[in-house]
Amino acid sequence: MKIKIPVTKAKELARIHALKLSEKTIARQLATSSFLTDMADAVLFIVQLLKETFSRKFELHEFFRQCFKIGYKSLPLISVTGTIMGFVLTIQSRPVLVRFGAESILPGMVAISLIREMGPVITALICAGKISSGMGAELGSMKVTEQIEAMEVSSTHPMRFLVVTRVLAATLMIPLLILYADGLGILGSWIGANIKGDVSFILFFSQAFSNIGFIDLLPAVVKSFFFGAVIGLVGCYKGYNAGRGTESVGKAANSAVVLASLLVLIVDMIAVQITDMISK
Amino acid sequence: MKTEQTDSTIIEPPKTTVKVPVIEVINLYKSFGTLEVIKNLSFKLYDGENLVVLGKSGSGKSVLIKCIVGLLQTDSGIINVYNQNVLALKRKELDEVRQKIGFLFQSGALYDSMTVKENLEFPLKRMKKHLSQKEIDHKIIEALENVGLPDVINKMPSQLSGGMRKRISLARTIVVDPRIMLYDEPTTGLDPITSDEISLLINEIQKKYKTSSIIITHDIECARATADRLIMLKDGEVYEKGSLTKFEKSTDEIIRSFFK
Repeated sequence: MKIKIPVTKAKELARIHALKLSEKTIARQLATSSFLTDMADAVLFIVQLLKETFSRKFELHEFFRQCFKIGYKSLPLISVTGTIMGFVLTIQSRPVLVRFGAESILPGMVAISLIREMGPVITALICAGKISSGMGAELGSMKVTEQIEAMEVSSTHPMRFLVVTRVLAATLMIPLLILYADGLGILGSWIGANIKGDVSFILFFSQAFSNIGFIDLLPAVVKSFFFGAVIGLVGCYKGYNAGRGTESVGKAANSAVVLASLLVLIVDMIAVQITDMISK
Repeated sequence: MKTEQTDSTIIEPPKTTVKVPVIEVINLYKSFGTLEVIKNLSFKLYDGENLVVLGKSGSGKSVLIKCIVGLLQTDSGIINVYNQNVLALKRKELDEVRQKIGFLFQSGALYDSMTVKENLEFPLKRMKKHLSQKEIDHKIIEALENVGLPDVINKMPSQLSGGMRKRISLARTIVVDPRIMLYDEPTTGLDPITSDEISLLINEIQKKYKTSSIIITHDIECARATADRLIMLKDGEVYEKGSLTKFEKSTDEIIRSFFK
């Protein structure tokens, strides 16, 4: 049975349908162009950063201040997480190893796990939460309160003063924090091993380090530099490009953590593949 | 034949004061996306004068002075600062022009992570590289005394009140001896007494440092206290310009709404 619709109503329905379709197309186009614009902005940001990094004028004092802030001020958090990391890993894996009579490989196994994977990744994720969000919030609020513009009219290049120093400090300090977390992780592991067993500190550490080779340490150290660079870069990019208004500060900090954590895991995945290919 | 003239017979030529423009804005256009903020704006700031730019929020006042110091790129037009078109300058040349301009931001824009002293040191060490630490310290104390706050030198900006922050911000601007001052709503968010103090300070700075100033405001008391000449902007265009008296006597409804 055919339904009869008046011509005017049919025209109106067609118009509404056409409008909805065009709205969808426009929204899709806008989303695509926004994504491409964001990508272009990020590439330009990195290009400008590299250009400023190798410029003659370097803000040495600010660089050392950032090293202190990123490195020294993160020590308490990294100490606790590093120790817990080794402790938990030992408590979890010891019963299994005891069942197979392989308790003696515990120090070596924990040390390799910590140095190769757990230490760098967990420390980097914690740094992404603390450092990247901190940078995002700090630079975001500087932008909102016109401090970045004030710097620019004072004949200071904000990119050189704020971004280069922070990215370089993070690139340098995060690998050091990771090595520090690794060391404390092994200490935590020794504490965990001594809860139910009895092993001397020297014996535990000698067993742990005798199992670690150059191939374990080098890729971990190399990838930790990339983790540092990613954490610094994302934090600065999000803060530097924050919008106007206080809401954008929160958004910058939040998106910095999310993106930095995601990129740390992606970098780790690539690094593992490359290490695997090299070690074959 | 030379004839001796006594003092009483010398006739002096009439004094003509030639107004020298320090800033010249010609046919300026600025838009954000499809929104045109400044449309075909032209005006001059003469040496030693206080030019007040009036207008309601969103009329393009702050955008205008940000374009003058090169913080915002314009769509078209010319902005001459001491006969140099800032829109055509390279980064280094622009930095040199910026050294002649002091910019007081609406929010004060003090660096939160630095003390008052470090805030004042920051532009000095970058703009006046030839100065020794002793000279820098002397200039900082002098600037703080000029704004009436010599005792807060070691305080953090978070420890200061709104009015004090504005004064310190002003001190940071004048410490580098600018020849032009750009004030972006200097009295916004301040109580009437502090607003009056800031207006007086603007006049004192003009007298002491012989500066030429553009004062962006919608605070009519500040305009009355500081203006040598006024411009009113509406929708990014010059709506009216002239002396304070002309504005006070105007029968135009929009102008009257400001000068009630």
